[in-house]
Amino acid sequence: MSKTLNNTKPSAFLSVRDLRVHFPTEDGLVKSVDGLTFDLEKGKTLGIVGESGSGKSVTSLSIMGLHRTGTKRGAPRITGEVWLDGEELVAADPERVRKLRGQKMAMIFQDPLTAMHPYYTVGAQIIEGYRAHHPGASKKQARTRAIEMLDRVGIPQPDKRVDAYPHEFSGGMRQRAMIAMALVNDPSLLIADEPTTALDVTVQAQILDLIRDLQKEFGSAVIIITHDLGVVAELADDILVMYGGKSVERGPAASLFEAPEHPYTWGLLGSMPRLDRELQDRLIPVKGTPPSLINVPSGCAFHPRCPYAELTGGRSTSEVPVLAEAAPRHLAACHLPIAERHRIFAEEIAPRL
Amino acid sequence: MLVYLIRRLVNVVAMLLVVSAVTFGIFFMVPKLTGTDPALLYVGKIADKVAVEGIRHKMGLDKSIVEQYFLFLKGLFVGRDYSTGVDITHCSAPCFGYSFKTEQEVWPVLLDRLGVTASLAAGAATLWLVFGTATGVVSALRRRTLLDRFTMTTALAGVSLPIYFTGMLASAIFVYQLGWFPHDYVNLGDDPVAWFQNLVLPWVTLAFLYAATYARLTRATLLEVLGEDYIRTARAKGLGERTVIGKHAMRSTLTPILTVFGMDLGALIGGAVLTESTFNFRGLGYEAVSAVSSSDLPVIMGVTLFAGFFIIIANLLVDVLYAVVDPRVRLA
Repeated sequence: MSKTLNNTKPSAFLSVRDLRVHFPTEDGLVKSVDGLTFDLEKGKTLGIVGESGSGKSVTSLSIMGLHRTGTKRGAPRITGEVWLDGEELVAADPERVRKLRGQKMAMIFQDPLTAMHPYYTVGAQIIEGYRAHHPGASKKQARTRAIEMLDRVGIPQPDKRVDAYPHEFSGGMRQRAMIAMALVNDPSLLIADEPTTALDVTVQAQILDLIRDLQKEFGSAVIIITHDLGVVAELADDILVMYGGKSVERGPAASLFEAPEHPYTWGLLGSMPRLDRELQDRLIPVKGTPPSLINVPSGCAFHPRCPYAELTGGRSTSEVPVLAEAAPRHLAACHLPIAERHRIFAEEIAPRL
Repeated sequence: MLVYLIRRLVNVVAMLLVVSAVTFGIFFMVPKLTGTDPALLYVGKIADKVAVEGIRHKMGLDKSIVEQYFLFLKGLFVGRDYSTGVDITHCSAPCFGYSFKTEQEVWPVLLDRLGVTASLAAGAATLWLVFGTATGVVSALRRRTLLDRFTMTTALAGVSLPIYFTGMLASAIFVYQLGWFPHDYVNLGDDPVAWFQNLVLPWVTLAFLYAATYARLTRATLLEVLGEDYIRTARAKGLGERTVIGKHAMRSTLTPILTVFGMDLGALIGGAVLTESTFNFRGLGYEAVSAVSSSDLPVIMGVTLFAGFFIIIANLLVDVLYAVVDPRVRLA
């Protein structure tokens, strides 16, 4: 894909170049992320969309450097480059990356109940994060800061709730507290990994609004990882669709929703329930199952599930498609000729969406 | 918390009452059913009828079982008088009665034996808690290395080998062959150095057995905890590994260890029968065994209640500590 790996500083705030995360297992090499490239500017939001096992979460954990900590065996092989504000992270000293974690880049996780330590108060956990990067701050200052953050994320009576335990919070409040914890050090990059998946539908929108408001306020770059296109539809500036550890389509959100290029994206859109359209017979799922990441299908990883694979004259089974610009700033990795794709979308897909 | 504590304490008393009633029932009913006479056991084989009746009256054995039980309870709490009308023997609280065999009061004997068992249990518990958990932590953090495999194999051996094997082997080598340790129990108050020297070997032997279990438990729990989401969160906050493991992971890991530890310690103070027999220590376990073999009912009662008391108290302590460690358990 990107053959110009020359360690030059990219201009973008966050630049991921040809990131590969491979886990050696007893069954073989699991290529969770295989050559991912994207850029993200401050103040912008990138939505990463894909099914389970498409490499979304692994990507975010690699950016955070969380795959390198912990047990030595079973650690993945990570290659490629991750540039954050002019600093390369993949090859950097783990201690340096640890200092950036929680400070310059922070993360929100899917399930706020399991993501918080059950034995420590919410406040203590926020304070800990603050003091880890402000060694000079007193406990009192950190506590004031924690209360301020809880207040900012919309938790009522923050001066009291700061001493509550995670299990004493509701799901939505917990996720707010998680966000407060992530933002306590004003990170310039926020990664939200399925931030609303474990929440009630009524709370989901609130949390997404909160993330958007906070982004405006802090001007940080945000990556939202989700399997739900609806989540990123409103939030994201750009969307990256992942399949089998690779990016199959990437482009501005509006363009991607209105004129999606990749048959997999068509499938995702077709399987998304929508209330703003007329009721159809039923949703159209993407047929088949996500690919094995050990024996990734040859050629285009999506070809066994792609209804249009035959139209490529055999290339889809033999040749890995590369991302190519199909519209301005809109890239897709598909062997179908652009004209053919546009024709299929207009004639067969769009009417059913 | 206070309400919870009071409720639990009431519970403890109730449980002890049940234990006492059941043991009393069994041990004082059985002779009735089998036709043996407790009074005869007190007096001995050559007693004449008058003496037997005298003892029966003095010990209150001529009263109904319910009456006897309440006399027994009264003895426990306020003491009781054994009276023939002529001479009165006062047995002060807590009165467990008199041994059939030695005709000594049971309570002072129990206290004396408790010193031995408690010395044994306390030292061994400290050793196994420190070394067991430390080994488990190191093993978990160095998972699948040679060190991990070696310690876990040793731990498996520790769990599998009975105390009368390891204990005797250790005695044979260190006491009899090398002569490094003496082997008679000495009271802590009498001679602390000798007390320590005598106990080192039993401590290590007993601790080896338990430490093995604790190492395996710690390793398994820590590995599980390290996979928890909140550990990932702690790392995502940029905390150092020392904090992540030492603070976040260990606090969760210690909870199950605490539970098992309370149970083990309570049971051990109730009597480490095998260890005491192996090292020839006259502790509660030894006392229990010898009382059973000589049908010394008051002593059996005493040891049973004593052991029950420690197990129940240990359980209570575990529950209270659990509530301190895990805020989700905090009950009203």
